[in-house]
Amino acid sequence: MKTPKSHQRQISAEEPNAIAAKRRRSSWILFKQNKIALTGFIIFLVFFAVAVLGLFLTSGDDPVLDPSLVRLQEKLKPPLSSPNPDALAPREIPSMKIYLFGTDDLGRDVLARMLQGAWVSLTVGFVAVGIAVIVGIILGGLAGYFGSYRVSAAHLAIFCLIAGGAGISYWHPFWGLAMGSCAAVLILITVSAGRKRGQEGKPFWVNLIGIKTFSIDTLIMRLVDIMLCFPSFFLILTVVALLPASIYNIMAVIGLTSWMGTTRFVRAEFLSLREQDFVIAARALGLGFARIIFRHMMPNALAPVLVSTTIGIASAILTEAGLSFLGFGVPPPYATWGNILSDGKRFIFDAPWLTFIPGLAILIVVLSFNLFGEGIKDALNPRLKERG
Amino acid sequence: MQKIITLFFVSVVSFLIIHLAPGKPSQIDPMNPKFTPELVERFKKEFHLDKPLHVQYALFYKDLLVGRTVSWKDNQPVLTKIWERFTNSLPLFIVGTIITWTLSFPLGISSALKRGGAYDRGVTFFSYLLISIPGFFFAYMLIILVVSWLQVPVIGMETFGLSTDSPALSAFMDRLWHLLLPSVLGASGGIAVLSRYVRSQMLEVQDQDYVRTARAKGLSSDQVYYKHALRNALLPFVTMFGLILPGLIGGSVIIESIFSWPGMGRMAYEAILARDYPVILTVNFISAVLVLLGTFISDVLYMVVDPRIRL
Amino acid sequence: MGDSNTLLNVAGLTVWFQADGERSWAVNGASFSVGRGETVCIVGESGCGKTVSALSIMGLVKTPPGRIAAGKIMFEGKNLLSLNDAEMQQIRGRRIAMVFQEPLASLNPVFTIGDQISEAITVHEKLAPEALRARVLELLRAVGIPSPDERLGSYPHQLSGGQRQRVMIAMALACEPDLIIADEPTTALDVTIQAQILNLLKSIKEDRGLSLLYITHDLGVVASIADRVYVMYAGCVVEQGEVGDVFLEPRHPYTKGLLASLPDRARRGMPLTGIPGYVPGRFGRPVGCPFEPRCSEAEKECHIEFPQFLDWGKGHMARCPVLYSREKRR
Repeated sequence: MKTPKSHQRQISAEEPNAIAAKRRRSSWILFKQNKIALTGFIIFLVFFAVAVLGLFLTSGDDPVLDPSLVRLQEKLKPPLSSPNPDALAPREIPSMKIYLFGTDDLGRDVLARMLQGAWVSLTVGFVAVGIAVIVGIILGGLAGYFGSYRVSAAHLAIFCLIAGGAGISYWHPFWGLAMGSCAAVLILITVSAGRKRGQEGKPFWVNLIGIKTFSIDTLIMRLVDIMLCFPSFFLILTVVALLPASIYNIMAVIGLTSWMGTTRFVRAEFLSLREQDFVIAARALGLGFARIIFRHMMPNALAPVLVSTTIGIASAILTEAGLSFLGFGVPPPYATWGNILSDGKRFIFDAPWLTFIPGLAILIVVLSFNLFGEGIKDALNPRLKERG
Repeated sequence: MQKIITLFFVSVVSFLIIHLAPGKPSQIDPMNPKFTPELVERFKKEFHLDKPLHVQYALFYKDLLVGRTVSWKDNQPVLTKIWERFTNSLPLFIVGTIITWTLSFPLGISSALKRGGAYDRGVTFFSYLLISIPGFFFAYMLIILVVSWLQVPVIGMETFGLSTDSPALSAFMDRLWHLLLPSVLGASGGIAVLSRYVRSQMLEVQDQDYVRTARAKGLSSDQVYYKHALRNALLPFVTMFGLILPGLIGGSVIIESIFSWPGMGRMAYEAILARDYPVILTVNFISAVLVLLGTFISDVLYMVVDPRIRL
Repeated sequence: MGDSNTLLNVAGLTVWFQADGERSWAVNGASFSVGRGETVCIVGESGCGKTVSALSIMGLVKTPPGRIAAGKIMFEGKNLLSLNDAEMQQIRGRRIAMVFQEPLASLNPVFTIGDQISEAITVHEKLAPEALRARVLELLRAVGIPSPDERLGSYPHQLSGGQRQRVMIAMALACEPDLIIADEPTTALDVTIQAQILNLLKSIKEDRGLSLLYITHDLGVVASIADRVYVMYAGCVVEQGEVGDVFLEPRHPYTKGLLASLPDRARRGMPLTGIPGYVPGRFGRPVGCPFEPRCSEAEKECHIEFPQFLDWGKGHMARCPVLYSREKRR
């Protein structure tokens, strides 16, 4: 009896890797097939390139395109118009001899401002979402992984009392009250839970210290709930209105108010991943939890995070535009597209290009981000792969 | 029970944010020339601003829960102010919600049925367009379009001077016209998101085994979709009903500013600017209550509608 | 197996699926038939195309990714593949019914089982509510569900796996079809429940004179209920015949391998034999015999062509290039 051919080739070791590589490749193929998403991706790359280019062209002391050069004599000129050489000093004439996008009410070159604004808007979007994603991953990962680890309410109460004491002395009596009331609530809960368990024969006070009533999952989810109770735009508005206006404040605030979605996704992914064999195997091998979370589980959970990142950047740019409209955007001298758009609203009938150009630009970029994000989501979703 | 604890924490946090933020309410800002020092002192005493924070907290919320809180800006009771603006925002909200929910479902369902076709792709692209456009940009576009094309006035709740001498019907129509554009604007984002969600739910359900069983029994395609698939796909949306509740107290600041609509959004915005703490805190509190109530109702509805949870 | 006794005749069925830009041939020129009152089993490993064949008969193959490229399915003188959807609806449930593998997923979770069984009836017949209820109760009793009137208002998740499958069978019987196709109905159940369901199907079939097309990968099931069997591999039928003949004298190397891999009391203590290698991922359409890479008796002609069936009488046929060339040489 001859050896069947199948025995003559190496099968087992390669197949799982081959399968994973094939899956990645087919995800990429699927993504490419989605023409709209691909367009979004390309536009995103173009935007990125333009932003970087803009950064170079408009920064420094004598930039190629100067966004802050004020030429009152040339104000409100329409796009593609030429400068008036008699009215301008030589260095004030724009590099390309025409105002590609026109000028605004202070005579500034709109093209230059748009280029500078591209980089700033991009930064705002990325940093804000970066903060949100990092917070989201950490909290979501903790909630998902340590979900069932319970924390003793008594421990929490003691912690609150200490924090309250410190708060009273260093900061403000209000902290003391807040922490004290938290401690009181926790003690109440502990006592009532303890009364139930106390029937198991141990002395009452032992139960009090030892029982664990809150799981970390519950704690983190309650935190998410609290944050969700505040309508997000109002929260951002409140904080931005009350704090001194600065680009860093805006980025931080947008980031700190949009982490809830990522947290939920990561937690959901982790909860299901935790029961999978490779995690149990890793724990059996004795790997520490940090390594398990970051090296093994995280790469698998990244898919929804990636999707919410792209969509988050889009929404951050829109939020910034909205804040600018209300007067709370990034302050001058920085130009952002939101700034330009809201400055232009005063001249909407006289100089429509001041609103159209940034408006369209925002629309295209945000649209591309959204399409890109949806494309990733569709490509990574195995169930939808059955499409012909 | 957990919800009440959450509410408690929300109240604490919002109180903290307001009070710890820099900047004092204009009434007690010593720099403000309109107030003499005695007025400032009296103001402080009356609103307990000189007491330690935790006492302020307790006093404020006592007033709130009893309903006696008073706005600092114009000395009106907060609840009255809120109610006034609420009656303005309400029609906007109702019309917007009706538009959103009645348009999203047919759009989403028909998109799912014709998946991949030109209709589906068109609707999808249009949805993305709607959520990508900056709000006020879109608003201005629409306004320009409507005003120059249809010659219809759109700013404000009604045309100035109309209500006094015109017959009731035309006044009503006038208000309806003014209502339309801002509602549509507000609803546009919602339609985009909701219809996509409906579509994805339908698609997911279509692939389920029980749909295949239904076809194997000899049901027609229509029966399979509208009876079996739809019922399962729409399950999550019943629960979303409860989440409409928090929208009552909301109101887009942007839309209201553009249309000069005296609604809740603008009131909250002005309160923030003026550091009108009672108003801000009250609105916040009500909003939190509504959110928690809304999620509670959602959970209950979910239990009612899904037999797997109920039994 | 005369023509008047043949209920269903599938000839040359070929079905492919398009996935990720590649085409895979799930069924490759398979032919089988079911006679009146017969129990026919299609047996093979996972991925050999048996489920797709069954779905093709019912017209339930999802046509965007899949397509029936060739073949005829003759039922009562009509080619089912040429019927449009409205005409197929008349056949589904009423003349041919199907029982699926996963009863929990296959029952709609938001409707009661009473509703779902009633629906199976009302789709094809109009009955007054009283008569309808009586009929549903009778069906539930026939499939062995205790206290059927209490169970009418239950939801699928409240029943056990075995009971759910009984409900599926009740739905299949609702309009008294001529043929029931069962796609691995017991794979998801415990072994003891498996035996119960098998006995139930056997007795129902005998009581009502139905034909049963039973799809499985379990040879023990085949042995206990089938009259005739078709062995499928990679979308092709490689051997067919009466159960006794095929099991006692398997001809095709694959059938021999399958039977040899069953644990045998006589060979206790000795290592189990399997068939080396894996069922191929379904890409490509081999020219020769699809089993060739794993076949211990493969010769060079197996690569080149896949000949027609050789007949050993009484319908026992197998398709093997090696056997074929041996026959030709004689």
